Amino acid sequence: MASSEEDGAPEAGGDREAPRRRRRLGSLATAWLTFYNVAMTAGWLVLAIAMVRFYMEKGTHRGLYKSIQKTLKFFQTFALLEIVHCLIGIVPTSVLVTGVQVSSRIFMVWLVTHSIKPIQNEESVVLFLVSWTVTEITRYSFYTFSLLNHLPYFIKWARYNFFIILYPVGVAGELLTIYAALPYVKKTGMFSIRLPNKYNVSFDYYYFLLITMASYIPLFPQLYFHMLRQRRKVLHGEAVVEKDE
Amino acid sequence: MRWRFWMPRQGKSCVFWTRTPRGDVPALPLQVEPQATIAEIKNLFTKTHPQWYPARQSLRLDPKGKSLKDEDILQKLPVGTTATLYFRDLGAQISWVTVFLTEYAGPLFIYLLFYFRVPFLYGHKYDFTSSRHSVVHLACICHSFHYVKRLLETLFVHRFSHGTMPLRNIFKNCTYYWGFAAWMAYYINHPLYTPPTYGAQQVKLALAIFVICQLGNFSIHMALRDLRPAGSKTRKIPYPTKNPFTWLFLLVSCPNYTYEVGSWIGFAIMTQCLPVALFSLVGFTQMTIWAKGKHRSYLKEFRDYPPLRMPIVPFLL
Repeated sequence: MASSEEDGAPEAGGDREAPRRRRRLGSLATAWLTFYNVAMTAGWLVLAIAMVRFYMEKGTHRGLYKSIQKTLKFFQTFALLEIVHCLIGIVPTSVLVTGVQVSSRIFMVWLVTHSIKPIQNEESVVLFLVSWTVTEITRYSFYTFSLLNHLPYFIKWARYNFFIILYPVGVAGELLTIYAALPYVKKTGMFSIRLPNKYNVSFDYYYFLLITMASYIPLFPQLYFHMLRQRRKVLHGEAVVEKDE
Repeated sequence: MRWRFWMPRQGKSCVFWTRTPRGDVPALPLQVEPQATIAEIKNLFTKTHPQWYPARQSLRLDPKGKSLKDEDILQKLPVGTTATLYFRDLGAQISWVTVFLTEYAGPLFIYLLFYFRVPFLYGHKYDFTSSRHSVVHLACICHSFHYVKRLLETLFVHRFSHGTMPLRNIFKNCTYYWGFAAWMAYYINHPLYTPPTYGAQQVKLALAIFVICQLGNFSIHMALRDLRPAGSKTRKIPYPTKNPFTWLFLLVSCPNYTYEVGSWIGFAIMTQCLPVALFSLVGFTQMTIWAKGKHRSYLKEFRDYPPLRMPIVPFLL
Protein backbone atom coordinates (compact mmCIF):
# COMPACT_ATOMS: atom_id res chain seq x y z
CA MET A 1 0.00 0.00 0.00
CA ALA A 2 1.25 3.51 -0.70
CA SER A 3 3.05 5.26 2.12
CA SER A 4 1.28 8.30 3.49
CA GLU A 5 1.48 11.32 1.23
CA GLU A 6 3.01 13.77 3.59
CA ASP A 7 5.40 11.84 5.70
CA GLY A 8 8.40 9.58 5.76
CA ALA A 9 10.97 8.85 3.09
CA PRO A 10 9.65 5.93 1.08
CA GLU A 11 12.88 3.97 1.13
CA ALA A 12 13.41 0.76 -0.73
CA GLY A 13 12.52 -1.93 1.75
CA GLY A 14 15.22 -4.24 2.92
CA ASP A 15 17.89 -4.06 5.53
CA ARG A 16 16.62 -3.67 9.04
CA GLU A 17 19.59 -2.19 10.66
CA ALA A 18 18.41 -2.39 14.27
CA PRO A 19 21.01 -4.35 16.19
CA ARG A 20 19.75 -7.71 17.43
CA ARG A 21 19.83 -7.86 21.17
CA ARG A 22 19.47 -11.13 22.99
CA ARG A 23 16.87 -10.25 25.62
CA ARG A 24 17.38 -11.93 28.96
CA LEU A 25 14.19 -13.88 29.58
CA GLY A 26 12.49 -13.40 32.90
CA SER A 27 12.32 -16.49 35.08
CA LEU A 28 8.56 -16.75 34.65
CA ALA A 29 8.87 -16.73 30.86
CA THR A 30 11.66 -19.31 31.00
CA ALA A 31 9.67 -21.56 33.32
CA TRP A 32 6.56 -21.33 31.16
CA LEU A 33 8.44 -21.93 27.90
CA THR A 34 10.30 -24.88 29.39
CA PHE A 35 7.04 -26.40 30.57
CA TYR A 36 5.43 -25.71 27.19
CA ASN A 37 8.23 -27.29 25.18
CA VAL A 38 8.51 -30.32 27.46
CA ALA A 39 4.76 -30.85 27.24
CA MET A 40 4.77 -30.57 23.44
CA THR A 41 7.74 -32.92 23.10
CA ALA A 42 5.92 -35.42 25.26
CA GLY A 43 2.68 -34.98 23.35
CA TRP A 44 4.20 -35.61 19.96
CA LEU A 45 6.18 -38.55 21.36
CA VAL A 46 2.95 -40.07 22.59
CA LEU A 47 1.50 -39.51 19.15
CA ALA A 48 4.48 -41.16 17.49
CA ILE A 49 4.31 -44.17 19.76
CA ALA A 50 0.56 -44.51 19.25
CA MET A 51 1.03 -44.45 15.50
CA VAL A 52 3.79 -47.08 15.60
CA ARG A 53 1.77 -49.32 17.91
CA PHE A 54 -1.32 -49.03 15.74
CA TYR A 55 0.62 -50.06 12.67
CA MET A 56 2.33 -52.91 14.49
CA GLU A 57 -1.00 -54.24 15.78
CA LYS A 58 -3.20 -53.66 12.77
CA GLY A 59 -0.68 -53.84 9.94
CA THR A 60 -2.54 -51.14 7.98
CA HIS A 61 -2.90 -47.40 7.99
CA ARG A 62 -6.67 -47.59 7.72
CA GLY A 63 -8.20 -46.30 10.93
CA LEU A 64 -4.86 -44.80 12.04
CA TYR A 65 -6.10 -41.21 11.86
CA LYS A 66 -9.25 -42.07 13.77
CA SER A 67 -7.29 -43.68 16.57
CA ILE A 68 -4.92 -40.74 17.12
CA GLN A 69 -7.14 -37.84 16.11
CA LYS A 70 -7.94 -36.57 19.62
CA THR A 71 -4.29 -36.39 20.64
CA LEU A 72 -3.32 -34.80 17.32
CA LYS A 73 -6.01 -32.16 17.55
CA PHE A 74 -5.15 -31.34 21.14
CA PHE A 75 -1.42 -30.86 20.65
CA GLN A 76 -1.58 -29.23 17.23
CA THR A 77 -4.22 -26.74 18.36
CA PHE A 78 -2.24 -25.99 21.52
CA ALA A 79 0.55 -24.80 19.20
CA LEU A 80 -1.48 -21.65 18.55
CA LEU A 81 0.15 -20.40 21.73
CA GLU A 82 3.38 -20.06 19.80
CA ILE A 83 1.93 -17.08 17.97
CA VAL A 84 1.26 -15.47 21.33
CA HIS A 85 4.83 -16.22 22.42
CA CYS A 86 6.12 -14.27 19.40
CA LEU A 87 3.63 -11.45 19.93
CA ILE A 88 4.67 -10.87 23.53
CA GLY A 89 8.31 -11.21 22.60
CA ILE A 90 9.42 -14.14 24.71
CA VAL A 91 10.33 -15.97 21.52
CA PRO A 92 12.46 -14.04 19.01
CA THR A 93 10.76 -15.36 15.87
CA SER A 94 8.67 -13.31 13.46
CA VAL A 95 4.94 -13.40 14.21
CA LEU A 96 4.21 -13.67 10.51
CA VAL A 97 6.36 -16.76 9.89
CA THR A 98 5.02 -18.53 12.98
CA GLY A 99 1.49 -17.45 12.10
CA VAL A 100 1.71 -18.90 8.61
CA GLN A 101 3.21 -22.18 9.83
CA VAL A 102 0.73 -22.75 12.64
CA SER A 103 -2.22 -21.65 10.51
CA SER A 104 -1.38 -24.10 7.79
CA ARG A 105 -1.30 -26.89 10.40
CA ILE A 106 -4.62 -25.84 11.94
CA PHE A 107 -6.10 -25.64 8.46
CA MET A 108 -4.90 -29.16 7.56
CA VAL A 109 -6.12 -30.71 10.80
CA TRP A 110 -9.47 -29.01 11.27
CA LEU A 111 -10.59 -27.78 7.87
CA VAL A 112 -9.41 -30.73 5.81
CA THR A 113 -8.71 -33.96 7.64
CA HIS A 114 -11.27 -33.56 10.42
CA SER A 115 -14.03 -32.11 8.24
CA ILE A 116 -13.73 -34.27 5.14
CA LYS A 117 -14.18 -37.77 6.53
CA PRO A 118 -13.81 -39.78 3.30
CA ILE A 119 -10.11 -38.87 2.98
CA GLN A 120 -9.10 -39.87 6.50
CA ASN A 121 -7.79 -43.24 5.35
CA GLU A 122 -5.69 -41.90 2.49
CA GLU A 123 -2.00 -42.79 2.53
CA SER A 124 -1.11 -39.13 2.10
CA VAL A 125 -2.49 -38.48 5.60
CA VAL A 126 0.07 -40.89 7.06
CA LEU A 127 2.74 -39.15 4.99
CA PHE A 128 2.21 -35.76 6.57
CA LEU A 129 1.48 -37.20 10.02
CA VAL A 130 4.84 -38.97 10.08
CA SER A 131 6.63 -35.88 8.79
CA TRP A 132 4.96 -33.59 11.33
CA THR A 133 5.59 -35.99 14.20
CA VAL A 134 9.33 -36.36 13.59
CA THR A 135 9.72 -32.63 12.91
CA GLU A 136 7.87 -31.59 16.04
CA ILE A 137 9.63 -34.00 18.37
CA THR A 138 12.98 -32.72 17.11
CA ARG A 139 11.90 -29.07 17.23
CA TYR A 140 10.38 -29.09 20.70
CA SER A 141 13.23 -31.07 22.26
CA PHE A 142 15.62 -28.59 20.63
CA TYR A 143 13.78 -25.70 22.30
CA THR A 144 13.62 -27.56 25.61
CA PHE A 145 17.35 -28.24 25.73
CA SER A 146 18.17 -24.72 24.55
CA LEU A 147 16.14 -23.27 27.40
CA LEU A 148 17.95 -25.55 29.86
CA ASN A 149 21.25 -24.32 28.36
CA HIS A 150 22.36 -27.83 27.63
CA LEU A 151 21.89 -28.60 23.98
CA PRO A 152 23.34 -31.89 22.76
CA TYR A 153 24.86 -31.34 19.34
CA PHE A 154 22.89 -34.15 17.73
CA ILE A 155 19.58 -32.46 18.60
CA LYS A 156 20.78 -29.28 16.99
CA TRP A 157 22.03 -31.29 14.02
CA ALA A 158 18.69 -33.08 13.72
CA ARG A 159 16.70 -29.86 13.98
CA TYR A 160 18.63 -28.21 11.18
CA ASN A 161 18.96 -31.25 8.92
CA PHE A 162 15.85 -33.42 9.19
CA PHE A 163 13.67 -30.67 7.75
CA ILE A 164 15.53 -30.92 4.45
CA ILE A 165 13.69 -34.17 3.78
CA LEU A 166 10.73 -33.81 6.12
CA TYR A 167 9.49 -30.44 4.84
CA PRO A 168 9.00 -31.56 1.24
CA VAL A 169 7.58 -34.90 2.38
CA GLY A 170 5.10 -33.16 4.65
CA VAL A 171 4.11 -30.71 1.92
CA ALA A 172 3.59 -33.61 -0.49
CA GLY A 173 1.36 -35.35 2.04
CA GLU A 174 -0.66 -32.20 2.62
CA LEU A 175 -1.11 -31.40 -1.05
CA LEU A 176 -2.09 -34.97 -1.94
CA THR A 177 -4.63 -34.98 0.89
CA ILE A 178 -6.22 -31.73 -0.24
CA TYR A 179 -6.25 -33.03 -3.79
CA ALA A 180 -8.01 -36.21 -2.66
CA ALA A 181 -10.59 -34.11 -0.83
CA LEU A 182 -11.55 -31.98 -3.82
CA PRO A 183 -14.23 -34.25 -5.34
CA TYR A 184 -16.07 -34.54 -2.01
CA VAL A 185 -15.96 -30.81 -1.44
CA LYS A 186 -17.30 -30.12 -4.91
CA LYS A 187 -20.08 -32.68 -4.54
CA THR A 188 -21.31 -31.56 -1.12
CA GLY A 189 -20.68 -27.82 -1.49
CA MET A 190 -19.46 -27.79 2.11
CA PHE A 191 -18.33 -24.58 3.83
CA SER A 192 -19.70 -22.58 0.91
CA ILE A 193 -22.08 -19.63 0.59
CA ARG A 194 -24.04 -19.20 -2.62
CA LEU A 195 -25.81 -16.26 -4.18
CA PRO A 196 -28.35 -14.81 -3.74
CA ASN A 197 -28.07 -13.84 -0.08
CA LYS A 198 -28.63 -10.81 2.12
CA TYR A 199 -24.96 -9.80 2.29
CA ASN A 200 -24.18 -10.16 -1.38
CA VAL A 201 -21.14 -12.32 -0.91
CA SER A 202 -20.22 -15.81 -1.97
CA PHE A 203 -17.57 -18.31 -0.98
CA ASP A 204 -16.72 -21.52 -2.70
CA TYR A 205 -14.63 -23.85 -0.56
CA TYR A 206 -13.67 -25.91 -3.61
CA TYR A 207 -11.98 -22.90 -5.28
CA PHE A 208 -10.58 -21.84 -1.95
CA LEU A 209 -8.82 -25.22 -1.69
CA LEU A 210 -7.49 -24.85 -5.23
CA ILE A 211 -6.10 -21.41 -4.40
CA THR A 212 -4.61 -22.77 -1.17
CA MET A 213 -2.86 -25.52 -3.10
CA ALA A 214 -1.54 -22.91 -5.54
CA SER A 215 -0.31 -20.75 -2.67
CA TYR A 216 2.08 -23.49 -1.61
CA ILE A 217 4.09 -22.60 -4.71
CA PRO A 218 5.27 -19.18 -3.51
CA LEU A 219 5.01 -19.89 0.24
CA PHE A 220 6.76 -23.22 0.65
CA PRO A 221 10.07 -22.15 -0.95
CA GLN A 222 10.16 -19.06 1.26
CA LEU A 223 9.74 -21.10 4.45
CA TYR A 224 12.17 -23.73 3.17
CA PHE A 225 14.88 -21.21 2.32
CA HIS A 226 14.29 -19.44 5.62
CA MET A 227 15.15 -22.74 7.33
CA LEU A 228 18.14 -23.28 5.02
CA ARG A 229 19.46 -19.82 5.88
CA GLN A 230 18.99 -20.52 9.60
CA ARG A 231 20.81 -23.81 9.09
CA ARG A 232 23.77 -22.15 7.44
CA LYS A 233 23.94 -19.54 10.16
CA VAL A 234 23.63 -21.97 13.05
CA LEU A 235 25.57 -25.00 11.85
CA HIS A 236 28.24 -23.32 9.78
CA GLY A 237 28.65 -20.45 12.17
CA GLU A 238 29.86 -23.22 14.48
CA ALA A 239 33.02 -23.67 12.43
CA VAL A 240 34.10 -20.13 13.27
CA VAL A 241 33.16 -20.15 16.95
CA GLU A 242 35.51 -23.00 17.92
CA LYS A 243 34.96 -25.39 20.81
CA ASP A 244 34.05 -23.07 23.61
CA GLU A 245 31.74 -25.34 25.54
CA MET B 1 22.09 -2.73 -0.87
CA ARG B 2 25.63 -1.85 -1.85
CA TRP B 3 27.43 1.01 -0.11
CA ARG B 4 29.87 3.28 -1.73
CA PHE B 5 31.89 5.86 0.08
CA TRP B 6 33.23 9.14 -1.04
CA MET B 7 34.95 12.05 0.68
CA PRO B 8 33.99 15.51 -0.51
CA ARG B 9 36.27 18.28 0.69
CA GLN B 10 34.50 21.52 1.47
CA GLY B 11 35.44 24.37 -0.84
CA LYS B 12 37.78 22.15 -2.79
CA SER B 13 37.23 19.35 -5.20
CA CYS B 14 35.26 16.27 -4.33
CA VAL B 15 37.09 13.02 -4.58
CA PHE B 16 34.82 10.07 -5.17
CA TRP B 17 35.85 6.59 -4.25
CA THR B 18 34.09 3.47 -5.35
CA ARG B 19 34.23 0.30 -3.25
CA THR B 20 34.74 -2.76 -5.37
CA PRO B 21 35.59 -6.36 -4.36
CA ARG B 22 39.22 -5.47 -5.06
CA GLY B 23 39.24 -2.53 -2.66
CA ASP B 24 38.57 1.18 -2.99
CA VAL B 25 39.10 2.70 -6.39
CA PRO B 26 39.14 6.46 -6.97
CA ALA B 27 36.56 7.73 -9.43
CA LEU B 28 36.62 11.04 -11.28
CA PRO B 29 37.11 14.06 -9.00
CA LEU B 30 34.33 16.67 -9.06
CA GLN B 31 34.24 20.32 -8.03
CA VAL B 32 31.86 21.15 -5.18
CA GLU B 33 31.29 24.53 -3.47
CA PRO B 34 30.66 24.71 0.29
CA GLN B 35 27.26 26.29 -0.42
CA ALA B 36 26.26 23.40 -2.66
CA THR B 37 22.97 21.76 -1.81
CA ILE B 38 22.46 18.01 -1.57
CA ALA B 39 20.30 18.28 -4.69
CA GLU B 40 23.26 19.73 -6.61
CA ILE B 41 25.59 17.01 -5.34
CA LYS B 42 23.06 14.39 -6.43
CA ASN B 43 22.93 15.91 -9.90
CA LEU B 44 26.74 15.88 -10.09
CA PHE B 45 26.79 12.28 -8.95
CA THR B 46 24.31 11.33 -11.66
CA LYS B 47 26.66 12.74 -14.30
CA THR B 48 29.33 10.18 -13.44
CA HIS B 49 26.87 7.42 -12.53
CA PRO B 50 23.96 7.93 -14.92
CA GLN B 51 22.11 4.79 -13.82
CA TRP B 52 21.50 6.42 -10.42
CA TYR B 53 19.28 9.39 -11.15
CA PRO B 54 18.79 11.80 -8.21
CA ALA B 55 15.44 10.36 -7.09
CA ARG B 56 17.14 7.03 -6.56
CA GLN B 57 19.94 8.38 -4.38
CA SER B 58 19.83 8.44 -0.64
CA LEU B 59 22.71 10.43 0.82
CA ARG B 60 23.38 10.42 4.51
CA LEU B 61 26.06 11.36 7.02
CA ASP B 62 25.78 8.04 8.80
CA PRO B 63 25.09 4.71 7.07
CA LYS B 64 22.31 3.99 9.55
CA GLY B 65 21.04 7.55 9.77
CA LYS B 66 18.30 9.45 8.03
CA SER B 67 18.54 10.61 4.44
CA LEU B 68 19.72 14.15 3.90
CA LYS B 69 17.17 16.48 2.34
CA ASP B 70 17.68 17.95 -1.11
CA GLU B 71 17.54 21.48 0.32
CA ASP B 72 20.33 20.87 2.88
CA ILE B 73 23.46 22.92 2.27
CA LEU B 74 26.83 21.19 2.59
CA GLN B 75 28.52 23.78 4.80
CA LYS B 76 25.55 23.87 7.21
CA LEU B 77 25.79 20.15 7.88
CA PRO B 78 27.58 18.91 11.03
CA VAL B 79 30.80 17.97 9.24
CA GLY B 80 34.42 18.94 9.69
CA THR B 81 36.81 20.05 6.97
CA THR B 82 36.30 16.72 5.26
CA ALA B 83 32.80 15.37 4.91
CA THR B 84 31.99 11.71 4.34
CA LEU B 85 28.70 11.03 2.65
CA TYR B 86 27.22 7.58 2.40
CA PHE B 87 25.23 6.61 -0.64
CA ARG B 88 22.39 4.14 -0.83
CA ASP B 89 20.53 3.05 -3.93
CA LEU B 90 16.80 3.30 -3.28
CA GLY B 91 16.00 1.12 -6.27
CA ALA B 92 14.01 2.04 -9.33
CA GLN B 93 11.66 4.91 -8.56
CA ILE B 94 8.32 5.92 -9.96
CA SER B 95 6.55 9.23 -9.49
CA TRP B 96 3.71 9.49 -6.98
CA VAL B 97 1.50 11.05 -9.62
CA THR B 98 1.98 8.08 -11.95
CA VAL B 99 1.21 5.61 -9.17
CA PHE B 100 -1.91 7.45 -8.03
CA LEU B 101 -3.26 7.83 -11.55
CA THR B 102 -2.73 4.15 -12.32
CA GLU B 103 -4.10 2.82 -9.07
CA TYR B 104 -7.24 5.01 -9.29
CA ALA B 105 -7.95 4.64 -13.01
CA GLY B 106 -8.08 0.86 -12.58
CA PRO B 107 -11.06 0.68 -10.17
CA LEU B 108 -12.94 3.28 -12.21
CA PHE B 109 -12.60 1.21 -15.36
CA ILE B 110 -12.97 -2.24 -13.76
CA TYR B 111 -16.17 -1.36 -11.92
CA LEU B 112 -17.71 -0.18 -15.18
CA LEU B 113 -16.83 -3.47 -16.85
CA PHE B 114 -18.95 -5.26 -14.25
CA TYR B 115 -21.67 -2.60 -14.30
CA PHE B 116 -22.17 -3.01 -18.04
CA ARG B 117 -21.91 -6.78 -17.64
CA VAL B 118 -19.28 -7.16 -20.27
CA PRO B 119 -19.08 -10.79 -21.60
CA PHE B 120 -17.28 -13.53 -19.62
CA LEU B 121 -17.87 -11.89 -16.24
CA TYR B 122 -21.31 -13.34 -15.66
CA GLY B 123 -23.31 -16.02 -17.49
CA HIS B 124 -23.73 -15.34 -21.23
CA LYS B 125 -27.45 -14.72 -20.98
CA TYR B 126 -26.64 -11.62 -18.88
CA ASP B 127 -24.19 -10.01 -21.31
CA PHE B 128 -24.76 -6.26 -21.58
CA THR B 129 -27.98 -6.45 -19.57
CA SER B 130 -28.82 -3.85 -16.97
CA SER B 131 -29.75 -4.35 -13.31
CA ARG B 132 -33.37 -3.74 -12.38
CA HIS B 133 -32.41 -2.31 -8.98
CA SER B 134 -32.05 1.47 -8.79
CA VAL B 135 -29.50 1.17 -5.98
CA VAL B 136 -27.12 -0.60 -8.37
CA HIS B 137 -27.17 2.39 -10.72
CA LEU B 138 -26.71 4.75 -7.81
CA ALA B 139 -23.80 2.69 -6.53
CA CYS B 140 -22.10 2.90 -9.92
CA ILE B 141 -22.47 6.67 -9.93
CA CYS B 142 -21.05 6.94 -6.40
CA HIS B 143 -18.12 4.59 -7.01
CA SER B 144 -17.23 6.27 -10.30
CA PHE B 145 -17.58 9.73 -8.79
CA HIS B 146 -15.26 8.74 -5.97
CA TYR B 147 -12.47 7.65 -8.27
CA VAL B 148 -12.91 10.53 -10.72
CA LYS B 149 -12.60 12.84 -7.73
CA ARG B 150 -9.41 11.07 -6.68
CA LEU B 151 -7.93 11.35 -10.17
CA LEU B 152 -8.72 15.06 -10.39
CA GLU B 153 -7.31 15.66 -6.93
CA THR B 154 -4.10 13.90 -7.92
CA LEU B 155 -3.75 16.11 -10.96
CA PHE B 156 -4.84 19.46 -9.51
CA VAL B 157 -4.98 19.46 -5.74
CA HIS B 158 -2.36 17.38 -3.99
CA ARG B 159 1.10 18.73 -3.26
CA PHE B 160 3.54 15.88 -2.67
CA SER B 161 6.52 16.07 -0.27
CA HIS B 162 8.31 13.37 -2.16
CA GLY B 163 8.34 13.12 -5.93
CA THR B 164 8.85 9.37 -6.13
CA MET B 165 8.38 6.03 -4.43
CA PRO B 166 9.96 2.60 -5.04
CA LEU B 167 8.78 0.97 -8.26
CA ARG B 168 7.51 -2.20 -6.62
CA ASN B 169 4.87 -0.17 -4.78
CA ILE B 170 2.88 0.27 -7.95
CA PHE B 171 2.38 -3.49 -8.23
CA LYS B 172 1.40 -3.83 -4.59
CA ASN B 173 -0.96 -0.86 -4.66
CA CYS B 174 -2.62 -1.73 -7.93
CA THR B 175 -3.22 -5.31 -6.81
CA TYR B 176 -4.95 -3.97 -3.71
CA TYR B 177 -7.13 -1.34 -5.39
CA TRP B 178 -7.90 -3.23 -8.57
CA GLY B 179 -8.44 -6.52 -6.77
CA PHE B 180 -10.92 -5.12 -4.28
CA ALA B 181 -12.69 -3.07 -6.96
CA ALA B 182 -13.25 -6.19 -9.05
CA TRP B 183 -14.40 -8.21 -6.02
CA MET B 184 -16.93 -5.55 -4.93
CA ALA B 185 -18.13 -4.76 -8.43
CA TYR B 186 -18.74 -8.45 -9.14
CA TYR B 187 -21.32 -8.76 -6.37
CA ILE B 188 -23.00 -5.37 -6.62
CA ASN B 189 -23.60 -5.78 -10.34
CA HIS B 190 -24.44 -9.47 -10.16
CA PRO B 191 -27.75 -10.61 -11.66
CA LEU B 192 -28.53 -12.24 -8.29
CA TYR B 193 -27.74 -9.07 -6.29
CA THR B 194 -30.06 -8.56 -3.27
CA PRO B 195 -30.93 -4.90 -2.55
CA PRO B 196 -30.65 -3.52 1.03
CA THR B 197 -32.96 -4.98 3.67
CA TYR B 198 -34.45 -1.63 4.69
CA GLY B 199 -34.98 -0.44 1.13
CA ALA B 200 -35.07 3.20 0.06
CA GLN B 201 -34.64 4.46 3.65
CA GLN B 202 -31.35 2.64 4.00
CA VAL B 203 -30.13 3.82 0.61
CA LYS B 204 -31.06 7.45 1.33
CA LEU B 205 -29.26 7.45 4.66
CA ALA B 206 -26.21 5.79 3.12
CA LEU B 207 -26.16 8.27 0.25
CA ALA B 208 -26.28 11.17 2.70
CA ILE B 209 -23.32 9.75 4.62
CA PHE B 210 -21.44 9.17 1.39
CA VAL B 211 -22.02 12.66 -0.01
CA ILE B 212 -21.19 14.42 3.26
CA CYS B 213 -17.97 12.44 3.58
CA GLN B 214 -16.96 13.04 -0.03
CA LEU B 215 -17.47 16.80 0.45
CA GLY B 216 -15.63 16.59 3.75
CA ASN B 217 -12.71 14.69 2.27
CA PHE B 218 -12.43 17.20 -0.57
CA SER B 219 -12.59 20.14 1.83
CA ILE B 220 -9.75 18.71 3.86
CA HIS B 221 -7.63 18.14 0.75
CA MET B 222 -8.16 21.76 -0.26
CA ALA B 223 -7.38 23.00 3.25
CA LEU B 224 -4.15 20.95 3.32
CA ARG B 225 -3.17 22.26 -0.09
CA ASP B 226 -3.67 25.83 1.03
CA LEU B 227 -1.36 25.21 3.98
CA ARG B 228 1.52 24.76 1.62
CA PRO B 229 2.51 27.28 -1.06
CA ALA B 230 3.11 25.89 -4.58
CA GLY B 231 6.55 24.31 -5.01
CA SER B 232 7.39 24.42 -1.31
CA LYS B 233 7.74 21.66 1.22
CA THR B 234 6.80 23.65 4.33
CA ARG B 235 4.94 21.99 7.15
CA LYS B 236 2.32 23.71 9.30
CA ILE B 237 -0.36 22.64 11.75
CA PRO B 238 -3.70 22.47 9.91
CA TYR B 239 -6.54 24.41 11.54
CA PRO B 240 -10.31 24.62 10.88
CA THR B 241 -11.32 27.23 8.30
CA LYS B 242 -14.64 28.86 7.51
CA ASN B 243 -15.71 25.65 5.76
CA PRO B 244 -17.72 23.61 8.33
CA PHE B 245 -16.30 20.37 6.97
CA THR B 246 -12.86 21.42 8.15
CA TRP B 247 -14.09 21.81 11.74
CA LEU B 248 -13.25 18.13 12.16
CA PHE B 249 -9.64 19.36 12.52
CA LEU B 250 -10.64 20.32 16.06
CA LEU B 251 -10.96 16.65 16.92
CA VAL B 252 -8.62 14.73 14.62
CA SER B 253 -5.23 15.16 12.96
CA CYS B 254 -6.21 13.45 9.73
CA PRO B 255 -9.87 14.22 8.99
CA ASN B 256 -9.30 13.34 5.35
CA TYR B 257 -8.88 9.72 6.46
CA THR B 258 -11.86 9.98 8.79
CA TYR B 259 -14.05 11.18 5.92
CA GLU B 260 -12.62 8.53 3.60
CA VAL B 261 -13.59 5.72 5.97
CA GLY B 262 -16.97 7.38 6.37
CA SER B 263 -17.51 7.38 2.61
CA TRP B 264 -16.81 3.69 2.36
CA ILE B 265 -19.03 2.89 5.34
CA GLY B 266 -21.75 4.82 3.54
CA PHE B 267 -21.12 2.84 0.38
CA ALA B 268 -21.21 -0.43 2.34
CA ILE B 269 -24.56 0.46 3.88
CA MET B 270 -25.87 1.54 0.49
CA THR B 271 -24.96 -1.68 -1.25
CA GLN B 272 -25.26 -4.01 1.77
CA CYS B 273 -22.35 -5.92 0.36
CA LEU B 274 -19.92 -7.72 2.67
CA PRO B 275 -16.85 -7.31 0.42
CA VAL B 276 -17.38 -3.53 0.58
CA ALA B 277 -17.46 -3.73 4.37
CA LEU B 278 -14.23 -5.76 4.32
CA PHE B 279 -12.60 -3.23 2.00
CA SER B 280 -13.65 -0.47 4.40
CA LEU B 281 -12.16 -2.39 7.30
CA VAL B 282 -8.83 -3.00 5.58
CA GLY B 283 -8.69 0.63 4.43
CA PHE B 284 -9.51 1.81 7.94
CA THR B 285 -6.70 -0.31 9.37
CA GLN B 286 -4.16 1.09 6.93
CA MET B 287 -5.34 4.68 7.34
CA THR B 288 -5.22 4.34 11.11
CA ILE B 289 -1.57 3.33 10.88
CA TRP B 290 -0.83 6.33 8.65
CA ALA B 291 -2.87 8.68 10.85
CA LYS B 292 -1.04 7.55 13.99
CA GLY B 293 2.30 8.11 12.25
CA LYS B 294 1.22 11.54 11.06
CA HIS B 295 -0.10 12.43 14.50
CA ARG B 296 3.16 11.37 16.11
CA SER B 297 5.25 13.47 13.73
CA TYR B 298 2.98 16.48 14.29
CA LEU B 299 3.48 16.09 18.04
CA LYS B 300 7.23 15.80 17.59
CA GLU B 301 7.51 18.77 15.27
CA PHE B 302 5.13 21.23 16.96
CA ARG B 303 5.30 22.05 20.66
CA ASP B 304 1.93 23.78 20.63
CA TYR B 305 0.00 20.99 18.93
CA PRO B 306 -3.67 20.99 20.03
CA PRO B 307 -3.99 18.35 22.76
CA LEU B 308 -7.65 17.49 22.12
CA ARG B 309 -6.90 15.94 18.72
CA MET B 310 -6.82 12.20 18.15
CA PRO B 311 -5.25 10.68 15.01
CA ILE B 312 -8.33 9.48 13.11
CA VAL B 313 -11.43 8.82 15.25
CA PRO B 314 -12.57 11.69 17.53
CA PHE B 315 -11.82 10.88 21.20
CA LEU B 316 -11.12 7.22 20.49
CA LEU B 317 -8.31 6.38 18.10
